[in-house]
Amino acid sequence: MAKAKLTPELLKEIYYYMALSRAVDDRMWILNRQGRAPVVYSSNGHEATQVGAVMALNRGEDWIVPYYRDLAMVIAYGETPREIMLHLLGRAADPNSGGRQMPAHWGLKRRHIMTTGSVVATQDVHAAGLALASKVLKDGRVSLASFGEGSTSQGEFHEALNFASVHKLPVIFLNENNGYAISVPARKQMAIMDVAARAQGYGIPGVIVDGNDPIKVYEVTQEAAERARRGEGPTLIEAKTYRFVPHSSDDDDRAYRSREEVAEWKKRDPVMTFEKRLIDEKVMTEDELKAMQQRIKNEVNDATDFAEKAPLPDPNTLGRYVYAE
Amino acid sequence: MAVMSYLEAIRETLRQELRRDSRIIIYGEDVGVRGGVFRVTEGLQKEFGEDRVMDSPLAEAAIIGTAIGAAVNGLRPIPEIQFADFIFPAINQIVQEAARIRYRSNGDFGVPLVIRAPFGGGVHGALYHSQSVEVFFAHVPGLKVVIPGTPYDAKGLLAAAVEDEDPVLYFEHKAAYRSLKGEVPEERYLIPIGKADLKRSGKDISIITYGLMVNYALKAAEALEKEGISAEILDLRSIRPLDVQMILETAKKTGKVLIVHEDNLTGGIGGEISALIAEHALFDLDAPIRRLAGPDVPAMPYSPPLEHAFMITSDKITEAARDLAKF
Repeated sequence: MAKAKLTPELLKEIYYYMALSRAVDDRMWILNRQGRAPVVYSSNGHEATQVGAVMALNRGEDWIVPYYRDLAMVIAYGETPREIMLHLLGRAADPNSGGRQMPAHWGLKRRHIMTTGSVVATQDVHAAGLALASKVLKDGRVSLASFGEGSTSQGEFHEALNFASVHKLPVIFLNENNGYAISVPARKQMAIMDVAARAQGYGIPGVIVDGNDPIKVYEVTQEAAERARRGEGPTLIEAKTYRFVPHSSDDDDRAYRSREEVAEWKKRDPVMTFEKRLIDEKVMTEDELKAMQQRIKNEVNDATDFAEKAPLPDPNTLGRYVYAE
Repeated sequence: MAVMSYLEAIRETLRQELRRDSRIIIYGEDVGVRGGVFRVTEGLQKEFGEDRVMDSPLAEAAIIGTAIGAAVNGLRPIPEIQFADFIFPAINQIVQEAARIRYRSNGDFGVPLVIRAPFGGGVHGALYHSQSVEVFFAHVPGLKVVIPGTPYDAKGLLAAAVEDEDPVLYFEHKAAYRSLKGEVPEERYLIPIGKADLKRSGKDISIITYGLMVNYALKAAEALEKEGISAEILDLRSIRPLDVQMILETAKKTGKVLIVHEDNLTGGIGGEISALIAEHALFDLDAPIRRLAGPDVPAMPYSPPLEHAFMITSDKITEAARDLAKF
């Protein structure tokens, strides 16, 4: 395996994006509970998987094709807290959709974040198609699709893996397995233990990784990207992780999982454990950490104020962009 | 000018487009080595290589879904769906993804994509190789639905579809592939999508139709001429967008409108055309609008008497037009 260059700067950057995402996420829930944001979809608990994976890509050049759980991923890929809040509040300047899509439906062409809909696994074939163009145009790009384990029941997940492996496309399929598709546990989704085992049926590597450890996710993603760039085809990565909050602000997870189970996973909260590791390994001092946390708090405050003051879309724009203008 | 079949016109246009723009790729089931089950892409893989004319796995949602991704990342894909009847596994990718990507991204993304599919019956294709599926897509803002009725139009409309920045469904009538022949210029030309074409001028009745039915209507018009009935024939060429102006012009001119399509009657594009005329030209009409369309049965049966009973023919058009003219 290629040795990851884990400089202190990179480790700090990974932590920064994880902590920033968590802070943005927490603020979104507050806004929702105050009646200021209609609905929230969260990456709370998935930060290590999402940030670790995209930090191993050529950000802004490689394509990511995220799903609604990927707040931390798109933040690490360059969406700013202001942009995230504009999207949450349906403002005209929301760069993902101009206030057209419900929150967590990402898409930003200049950052190479593919636009996404709500039907799960549709994005898997888009990632294969982006990679097909990369193969034909020889642009050196890799595409990464991410998705929950529930969506691996969809035909398009399998079609994407098959198409990409037959044509040896430069694509990475990143499964964020948190054990639940809203309320349905993984055991009712599939008759096998690991999503990664699906890879065998397509003749590609299937890798299981601890999704709460950003460094491990970074390393396997880096290896998958190198394999893709060598023209050897796709890799399926299964990051085992956990979501700490309900599916959305309209869900109540007490109906389908115990508080003990959630508490057990929280012992391995990826933001907390990575923070401790950076202090223990002396990558960061306590003072540095505090300064970064203050910076994050300021950014989230600024983003909230900025988005709340930003204008809503003009109803006269309803009919725009149905076709090219 | 060369005389070509409808099929040859499509093939030569694909060849010309592939030569013109290296971003164009063609793929689908059997389109490579075999040149397609109807031979539309015959010889193209040999000329342009496997990267640009490629056999794909047999999975329609993946064919269209990957084409969307490829279009976003810089290619101009022309995927083929082997039979229009097989497009349904891909309908989510077409309707909810391709059609909505520009809108949902507020104009940030676009999907320049041409989906080719043979459709229509009268070739013993039965329920799953005969369907007219165009109206499902005509309902969807964000899509364009093109259906050429002559070899000349097949070329100009296909080139225009390739040039378009939005997803275009390009439906080719199977029974037209080898039965229709006509002059096709060698040089590239574009027929604007959304412009109907007056295929025959007349004064007594208007027949509004598209695709293969244009030719059946032209034959019917010759028979009607002998009876002293002058029929005008408007070829829509696309059913989304509709050329509302030309539809209203012909309705106002003759005052009697017969709408013909092979697609099922209920919910067919004929209903929409009727509504447009009723809204904007009611007092110019001299007779109720008449629709001649495929019957409301789920799809076309196999056995010849049943198939024939389903199909629209020149005789059926002549009869309906004669009735209308007498009104």
